[in-house]
Amino acid sequence: MGANDTTGLASVIGQPVLRKEDARFLTGTGQYTDDVSMPRQTHAYFLRSPHAHAAIRAIDVVKAKGLPGVIDIFTGADLTGVNGLPCGWLITGSDGKPMNEPPHPVLAQGKVRYVGDAVALVIAETVDQAKDAAEAIVVEYDVLPAAVNVVDALAPGAPQLHGEAPGNKCYTWALGDRSAVEAAFAKAAHVTRLDIVNNRLVPNAIEPRAALASYNRAEDAYTLYVTSQNPHVERLLMTAFVLGLPEHKVRVIAPDVGGGFGSKIYLYAEETAMVWASKRINRPIKWVAERSESFLTDAHGRDHVTHAELALDKDGKFLALRVQTTANMGAYLSTFASCIPTILYATLLAGQYTTPAIWCEVTAAFTNTAPVDAYRGAGRPEATYVVERIVHQAAVEMGIPQDELRRRNFIRAFPYQTPVALNYDIGNYDQTLDAAMEMADVTGFGARRDESQKRGKLRGLGYASYIEACGLAPSNVAGALGARAGLFEAGEVRVHPTGSVTVFTGSHSHGQGHETTFAQIVAARLGVPVDNVSVVHGDTGRVPFGMGTYGSRSLAVGGTAIVKALDKIVAKGSKIAAHLLEAAETDIEFKDGKFSVAGTDRSKTFAEIALTAYVPHNYPLATLEPGLNETAFYDPTNFTYPAGTHICEVEIDPDTGVVEVAAFTACDDFGTIINPMIVAGQVHGGVAQGLGQALLEHCVYDRDSGQLLTGSMMDYALPRADDLPSFTVDTKVTPCTHNPLGAKGCGEAGAIGAPAAMMNAVMDALAAVGVTHLDMPASPQRVWNAIRQARDPALVGHA
Amino acid sequence: MSVSLAMTVNGKPVAADVDARTLLVDFLRNQLSLTGTHVGCDTAQCGACTVHVDGQAVKSCNVLALQVQGASIVTIEGLIAEDGTMHPMQEAFRDCHGLQCGFCTPGMVMSAIDLVNRHPQADEATIRAELEGNLCRCTGYHNIVKAVRQGAAAMGK
Amino acid sequence: MYTVEFAQPKTLADATATLASTGGRPLAGGQSLVAAMKLRLSQPGTLVSLSGIPDLKGIRRDGERIVIGAMTRHAEVASSDIVQSAMPALSSLAEGIGDRQVRNMGTLGGSLANNDPAADWPAAVLGTGATIRTDRRALTADDFFKGMFETALAADEIITAVDFPIVQRAGYAKFPNPASRFALVGVFVARFANGDVRVAVTGAAPSVFRAKAIEDALKRSFTPDAAKGVAVDASGLNSDLHGSAEYRAHLISVMASRAVAAMS
Repeated sequence: MGANDTTGLASVIGQPVLRKEDARFLTGTGQYTDDVSMPRQTHAYFLRSPHAHAAIRAIDVVKAKGLPGVIDIFTGADLTGVNGLPCGWLITGSDGKPMNEPPHPVLAQGKVRYVGDAVALVIAETVDQAKDAAEAIVVEYDVLPAAVNVVDALAPGAPQLHGEAPGNKCYTWALGDRSAVEAAFAKAAHVTRLDIVNNRLVPNAIEPRAALASYNRAEDAYTLYVTSQNPHVERLLMTAFVLGLPEHKVRVIAPDVGGGFGSKIYLYAEETAMVWASKRINRPIKWVAERSESFLTDAHGRDHVTHAELALDKDGKFLALRVQTTANMGAYLSTFASCIPTILYATLLAGQYTTPAIWCEVTAAFTNTAPVDAYRGAGRPEATYVVERIVHQAAVEMGIPQDELRRRNFIRAFPYQTPVALNYDIGNYDQTLDAAMEMADVTGFGARRDESQKRGKLRGLGYASYIEACGLAPSNVAGALGARAGLFEAGEVRVHPTGSVTVFTGSHSHGQGHETTFAQIVAARLGVPVDNVSVVHGDTGRVPFGMGTYGSRSLAVGGTAIVKALDKIVAKGSKIAAHLLEAAETDIEFKDGKFSVAGTDRSKTFAEIALTAYVPHNYPLATLEPGLNETAFYDPTNFTYPAGTHICEVEIDPDTGVVEVAAFTACDDFGTIINPMIVAGQVHGGVAQGLGQALLEHCVYDRDSGQLLTGSMMDYALPRADDLPSFTVDTKVTPCTHNPLGAKGCGEAGAIGAPAAMMNAVMDALAAVGVTHLDMPASPQRVWNAIRQARDPALVGHA
Repeated sequence: MSVSLAMTVNGKPVAADVDARTLLVDFLRNQLSLTGTHVGCDTAQCGACTVHVDGQAVKSCNVLALQVQGASIVTIEGLIAEDGTMHPMQEAFRDCHGLQCGFCTPGMVMSAIDLVNRHPQADEATIRAELEGNLCRCTGYHNIVKAVRQGAAAMGK
Repeated sequence: MYTVEFAQPKTLADATATLASTGGRPLAGGQSLVAAMKLRLSQPGTLVSLSGIPDLKGIRRDGERIVIGAMTRHAEVASSDIVQSAMPALSSLAEGIGDRQVRNMGTLGGSLANNDPAADWPAAVLGTGATIRTDRRALTADDFFKGMFETALAADEIITAVDFPIVQRAGYAKFPNPASRFALVGVFVARFANGDVRVAVTGAAPSVFRAKAIEDALKRSFTPDAAKGVAVDASGLNSDLHGSAEYRAHLISVMASRAVAAMS
């Protein structure tokens, strides 16, 4: 067996190699879905429900169909033989029963359940003609009362959304050891209690969702361009579960995609209806969401209401944590919705701490709002928010410094089995906390606070020592927990005769720079220039398979699949080299792009071996096939556990309630870093979204009517450049123990740590004026009201 | 209603008959196949559609093509030199990793150039304030600010 | 958007005649109108473009007045030497409208004719007691703003210029809506040579209004604290997700005091 030289990885690994994808993005030559056009293409527009909850009595499309340019109009009644959109994760309730799983029709069937629910698909020559036709469709609704927030939806007598979900409940699920927790609380020297809301968010990738569906009658085959983070999953779900089409006859292409953050994982109604319709009209159909449509129909994120209690001993050692959460599923189950507030949430409630007993109970409810599913962090920001907010509060109540309380409870012995199922392989939490504190100049904070005070401002400092479970996921574990899919990843390394390489990966890239980082991995291993390696992703017609990009899994799982394929390439190359060099295979070493006979100067270059594989004249054809092209499927053996400490410093103007983020520091452990420039960029972006949640963003529905009040950027505050400071970020490395790259993943960390760090800073600042409670977002009005109410409890303000 | 339109786009004269309600961005994308300029929102806030009209940054999604009758338009495609050399601002964005998914990038680069034309030595606060009309969801703006400063220095030479 | 006819008159007379005959709307910078048309919230039928009419542009000083043509872009006002030297409060107000791209297209006349309850220009016009000149008459600021999106203009009437008195001291402080960046509350304070004070508030109510209580307080003592000490009545003020009426009332005094504090 040829030796594998992993020291060759040192050359470009860890280097801030500039991105290959930038050339097209910077010159306007990217190919996003709306940039693709086909001859004879038509345009789709979806007529959507204006009501949060209503029965549909009749839909009259006659006049609309006769308008200029209209090709056809379809409603739910036309979609015979089409199933509903599936949920990919079956949660079993704590009563042992499977979750309630009401159907999720592609187009509304008899009822609409949220404002924006798709009622009809209009296809015309132009978008304006389709809109004109949509305006001419007459729908008779019987408006029903709406259940808009989770508390109202679960209350007795609430309007019922689905016959299949009595009481609007999807499931009640629990994890942990309830009796151990009760016993611990009975002995606690101190108990901290916290009621918190994790505010509902709209992902708002800058590229709206879009699709271009076309049918080829001669081949009875379809091509779908769609803004997806996982085209193979999209294809599998759509063909096998919804439309009943032969999977091999549908090609799904996710070209350049302008951001996803989770919102482009799911199988949505729009592209599904369009694929179905493309055969009926036999012309390509294009649809691009308008931003207001994105607000209404992209899966939203977060939306938890939680009561948490932490039991501590007299020295601040955590004895137990109990958490009760109500989570909003929205009107229908989106593709992964059910696992977000359970598997990806409760399992992180140990945080970085040795808390020995944890009990978490989650009730998921249906409401007359858009479906809710994973959004950057997916369950882990929610968990971190609970843990780090209650730890902050406990520290305040017990008069223990914030860093000190955390240190008294850090896990230091690895591997560590948490009481909530996960087994952390490795970490060093002191290291990231120490480094973060130094970078944030915590020692100078007191002086800065005094200086702020002189200007009439309140200054605060907050910590979040977070951990996340990434690198989803070991398939057998996921399956046991209810996943209806595997979570491996696939990678194909194709060496061409001239020695250049094309890599096919299931890890779609929509901003993460895989075309560069994966090329670095291949270049380093094979000893070829980065420019000689191309990375192909996003096309079911070219990439063998892929579960897709989310859960910070691309490097850990997708990258490892490529490493495994590279192992096979090097192994085969060694066989070829052994033949050419007339040596034993066991004497062949591969290093720095050369196969050599150990202890001699006889060698062959990688290029020579590649050419030989395709021109196999001097070749062991009796025992070895020609060619140099290997595929690997990698199923991880554990999650990975990136962790770190984020520290936020804020300055608050009590006159207006404006919170300014004065500084943000992140020290994270992502394991091995392939490209530090890209990693830092991921942290910056995640932090910006986390601060967005804590400071600005809030998706609000009217409690009675279910109308979306924050339906555009006029009312939903996305962070702009002047809302944020520059950040200070750094990394420490404890390599992941169970993948050859040692990589843990970094894409979501910022969104996970930042909200808690910022709100802890806000609470720290507002403690001086007596404020003891505030939920996100810390908008100027909410902060001002909190200050006012602390001063005069008789006042009532807006929450 | 169809109206005749004439303007210069990326240095080349363009003449067409357009439906009066044609937005400049749709004219650029659909009739001229210049798909580098993107549409990200419907309330003229995200700035992904930013182009230069007579040297000034304008949101092409919020003007009718007819409103820029006779003007000189520059889009992201017009920045690159004949020999393929990138504009210093494009180089700076690449150098500083000022983009991730790339969707906001054309508009961001056009705004950045306009910003530097008016504030050649813009400091961080000025850059952040001047980019109010350009949203990015990927980068957190940190590297965009660095890119603009580097681009400004390079443009000043 | 809905179909629309497009007229490109070369004179003011042609423009008003076309407006009268078609029932259409004038198009200035389009930053509000095109946006509304895109959302199908506006269906003007005919757009009468004002960009080809020469008399509507330009900034000039005329004794103790600054006259700004209706088609002047916000960016032009912001960078005008004339405005910056005579009344910098106007140029800094213009610099804060929307964002850079919007300022390069949006116009003074368009903003006033639209009278968005959260627009900035109405505060400066009412705050200085400016005169709005149209194709047929001159309107005082006090008579111009009628209600939300409503002005005293006739359907076919076109603003040609706004005539600002150069006041002794002026300042504008804006508290932006965190999402839209329109004024949640914007306060323009003007002090005249004869000791008179005008305080105009935008964003807080259905239309711009004068805050008499703050005017009185500042007449007695033209200091930030005098303004801050006024408890503004919240009744009649806008209340929404971003600001309750009470919060807006509070911000009015705070912004008034900041306008005074920043004053030149």
